[in-house]
Amino acid sequence: MGDKGSFLLPDAASTLAGEVDALFWFVTWTSAIIFAAVIVAKVYFMARYRRKDDTEVPEPVKESKWLEATWIVVPTILVLIVFTWGFDVFVKLNTAPPDSYQITVRGGQWTWEFQYDEGASSFTEMYVPVGRPIKLNMSSSDVLHSFFVPAFRIKHDVIPDRYTSVWFEATKLGEYQIFCTEYCGTEHSTMLAKVVVVSEEDFATWLAENSTDLPPAELGQQLFAQCAVCHSVDGSAGIGPSLQGLAGSDRALADGSTVLANDDYLRQSILDPASQVAEGFQPIMPAGYAGMSAKQIDGLIAYIKTLE
Amino acid sequence: MTESPTGTVNYLNHDKSIKSWLLTLDHKRIGIMYLIAVSLAFLAGGVLAMLVRVELMAPEEILMGADAYNQTFTLHAVLMIFAFIIPAVPAVMGNFALPIQIGAKDVAFPRLNLASFYIYLIGAVVALSALLVGRVDGGWTFYTPYSTSIGDGILFITLGVFIMGFSSILTGLNFIVTVHKMRAPGMTWNRLPLFIWSIYSTAIVQVLATPVIGITVLLLFLEKVLQIGIFDPALGGDPVLFQHFFWFYSHPAVYVMILPAFGIVSDLMGTFSRHRVSGYRFVALSSVAIAFLGCLVWGHHMFVSGQSAVSSVIFSLLTFLIGIPTGVKVINWVSTMYRGSVQLKTPMLYAISFLFLFSIGGFTGIMLGVLAIDIHLHDTYFVVAHFHYVMMGGNVIAALGGLHYWWPKMTGKDFNEPLGKIAAVLVFLGFNMTFIPQFIMGIQGMPRRYYTYLPEFQSYHLWSTYGSWVLAAGLFLIAGYLLHSLFKGKKAGLNTWGALTLEWTHTTTPPDHHNFHELPVVRRGAYDYHLARHLFENGSEVSEVAHASE
Repeated sequence: MGDKGSFLLPDAASTLAGEVDALFWFVTWTSAIIFAAVIVAKVYFMARYRRKDDTEVPEPVKESKWLEATWIVVPTILVLIVFTWGFDVFVKLNTAPPDSYQITVRGGQWTWEFQYDEGASSFTEMYVPVGRPIKLNMSSSDVLHSFFVPAFRIKHDVIPDRYTSVWFEATKLGEYQIFCTEYCGTEHSTMLAKVVVVSEEDFATWLAENSTDLPPAELGQQLFAQCAVCHSVDGSAGIGPSLQGLAGSDRALADGSTVLANDDYLRQSILDPASQVAEGFQPIMPAGYAGMSAKQIDGLIAYIKTLE
Repeated sequence: MTESPTGTVNYLNHDKSIKSWLLTLDHKRIGIMYLIAVSLAFLAGGVLAMLVRVELMAPEEILMGADAYNQTFTLHAVLMIFAFIIPAVPAVMGNFALPIQIGAKDVAFPRLNLASFYIYLIGAVVALSALLVGRVDGGWTFYTPYSTSIGDGILFITLGVFIMGFSSILTGLNFIVTVHKMRAPGMTWNRLPLFIWSIYSTAIVQVLATPVIGITVLLLFLEKVLQIGIFDPALGGDPVLFQHFFWFYSHPAVYVMILPAFGIVSDLMGTFSRHRVSGYRFVALSSVAIAFLGCLVWGHHMFVSGQSAVSSVIFSLLTFLIGIPTGVKVINWVSTMYRGSVQLKTPMLYAISFLFLFSIGGFTGIMLGVLAIDIHLHDTYFVVAHFHYVMMGGNVIAALGGLHYWWPKMTGKDFNEPLGKIAAVLVFLGFNMTFIPQFIMGIQGMPRRYYTYLPEFQSYHLWSTYGSWVLAAGLFLIAGYLLHSLFKGKKAGLNTWGALTLEWTHTTTPPDHHNFHELPVVRRGAYDYHLARHLFENGSEVSEVAHASE
C-alpha cells in the first residue's frame, strides 16, 4: 500500500486503519459484484425482450416464491455480516486502552489547541509518539467542531461544554492531516492542523522543550486551595464530600440515583453544584465557580484525577 | 359524445382567465401551478449549484469569498430540499395524476388543496426573504449552537420551513383521504397503480413526521428570540438534542423524497415493459412499511455526534433492515422486464437510468450504515455524493421520467422524442461525471462544506465541475424542447405510451375539466395487460374513450 495509500483510501497509519480498510473493501467488492449482476441482468432484459411488434402483449410471468425468498434472505445475511463486522471494529475504535497517553484537545473558531499534562501546548501541530495508544479528550470553546484524521480513520464531534474522546495508535512516523468536519463558520475550511508522529525519544525531547506552562494538574492543585475549605483529599468528611478516589467511581446522589463520576460529571459539579448533590450532603456549595476558564476547569479535573 | 377523442374543451381551455387559474379548485391546474413554482425553485437551486461548482475549481477565490460561498451552498440546499424535492413529485404529479388514476373527479378537499399551494408559496417567500435580512450559512441542517449564533436570517429561513411544512402536511392529509374514500367502483387496493401506493405512503410520512420539524424550528425560534435554553449549551441547552429532533424529521423526509420516485419508476417499468410489475404486492406494502419504519433510523446520521454507542449500534442495525426491502424493489423493477415487451422511449430511459443511479445511492448508503466505515466517511464528500445519488439520481431522475411520461397528457402536446433521448443520456453522463469524483475525494478525506481545500483534491473538483456543465446542458435542453412543444408540439394522442392506468385509458387529452365524462368502472389491475389484449389488437390507440366513441 505504501505511503500514498491504496487505490481509493488514503494512507493508513494507525493500528485500526487496516481493520477499517478490510471491512471497507469487503463491502465495496460485495456491492460491486451485486451491482454488476443487476446491471447485466437489466441490459440483457432490455435487449432480449425489446418490443418487436406494437400489438404484442406478453403473458404474465408466474412469480417464483423460491426466487423471491432468495433475494430477501441472501442480502439479509450479507448485511448482518457487515453489521456485525462493523460493530466489532466500531467497539475497538471506541475503546481506548486504559494505559493510553492522554492529550487535551480544544476546538475553537478556527484553531485546534493541544494541551499536554506535562505543561506543553501547541496549536498547529499535535506531537505524538509512535507505537503508543493516544487518547484525546476533546471539547469546544464555542460551536460544534469535528476532529478528523483520515490516515487514522478516526472522527468525532467536538461539543461545547461536554467532553468527547477518540483514540488511536500511530504505526508510522510522519505528518498526518487533521480536518474540522463539522461546519463552524467562515474559516471552517482552514481549521486544519497536523498530527506529527515522532519516536519516543523525539517526543520526550519535544515535551521537555515545550513544557513551559504549568502542567494542568499543578494548576488544579493551586486552584484547589479554595476548594480545600470544604473538600478534603484524604477521605475524611468535611462540609462537602472528600474527593479522594472520586474520579472514575460510581457516585451515589442525594436523589437516590447513581452516576459515573467521569469528566463531564466533575465539570458539571464545579459549574452547577446543585444539579447533582452527593448522597448525605446538603446543596450548599456556591455556584460562583461558573466563571472559571476552561483551562482552569481542566486543571481542577486533572488534579482531582490524581487523588487516588 | 360530440367531442373528438382528443377533446376540444378541456381543463386547460374551458376558462382562460387569470382568475380562473389563481382561484382554481381543479387538482390538475393546481398541479400545473406547482409545476411552475417548483421548476423555478429547481432553476434557482441549480444556478446556485453551478456557482458552487465553479468556485470549487480552485482552492483560491474565483467568484466569491468564503462567506458568500458558505451562504450559496446553504441556500442551494434549502431551496432544493424544502422548495423543490419535497413538494416536487407529490404536489406536481400527485396532484395531477392521483385523482384520475383512482377514478375520482378531484381530491377529497379541493379548497384545502389550493390552500396548500398558497401556504407553500408564502413559506418559500418567507424563507427567501432571509436573504434580505442577513447571513444564513452552515447548510440546511442548521446545527446548534452555530445556527443560533449567527444573525436573524436564520429566523426567516426556519419560519419559511415551518410554513412550508403545513403545506406538506395538508397535501398528505388530502391524499390519504382521497385514496381511502374516492376510488372508483372496482378500484380495489390490489388494482391501484403503484404510483398511488407510493404517494399514499409518502402522505403518511408527511403527516407523521413533518410536525416534528415544525416543533423543532419553533423551539429554535423561541430559543433565539426569548433566550430559552433548549439547544444552546451557553443557555443550558443540549446541542445534540437538536440533531435528534432535526433528523427525527429529516430522515423520514428522505422517504418523502424517494418514495414517490419508487411509484413513478414502478409505473414506467410496467408501462414500457407492458407487463405486470414483478412483486406488485411486495412493492406496494413495503412502501407503507418503509413509511413507518423510516421514522426509526434517524440516529444513523449521528454516529460521530456524541450520541451513545448503544444507540448507534441499534440505529445501524435498523438501517440495514430497512435497506433490504428497498434492494428487493430494485430487483423487482429489473425483473419486470423479464419476458416483457420493452420499449425504450424517453420516460423509460429515465427509469433505466434511475435503476443504475439509485442502486449506487443504495450501496453507498449501506457503506455509510456500517458503523466503523461511517466514522471515516461521515461529513466528507462521500456523503455529498451518496445523497445526490439518492436525491437527484433517485428522485429527480424519476421525476424527469414522470414529467416526460405525463407531459403529453398534461399539456396535450408531444415533445421531441429524439431530443428527449439525447437529453436523458446527457443528464445520465453529466450526473455521473459530477458525482463519481466526489465519492473518490470523499474516501480520501475531503470534508464537505469546505470553501478552500488542499491542492491534492483539485483534479477531482475540476472533473466534478466539468460534469456539472454536461448535466446542466442536458437539463437546459429538456427545458428548451418542453417549452417549444407547448407552442409547436404535435397534438398528443389519447394514450401516448399504451399505459393501462385510467388517466390514459379513460380520459381525453388533455383531460376534461371534471376528468371523466362518465364514472369509470375498473375491471382489471393497473398492469394487467394480458386482460386488456383486445385494446392492443388493431395497433391503434389504446383507449376506452376511443372505443366508446367509435
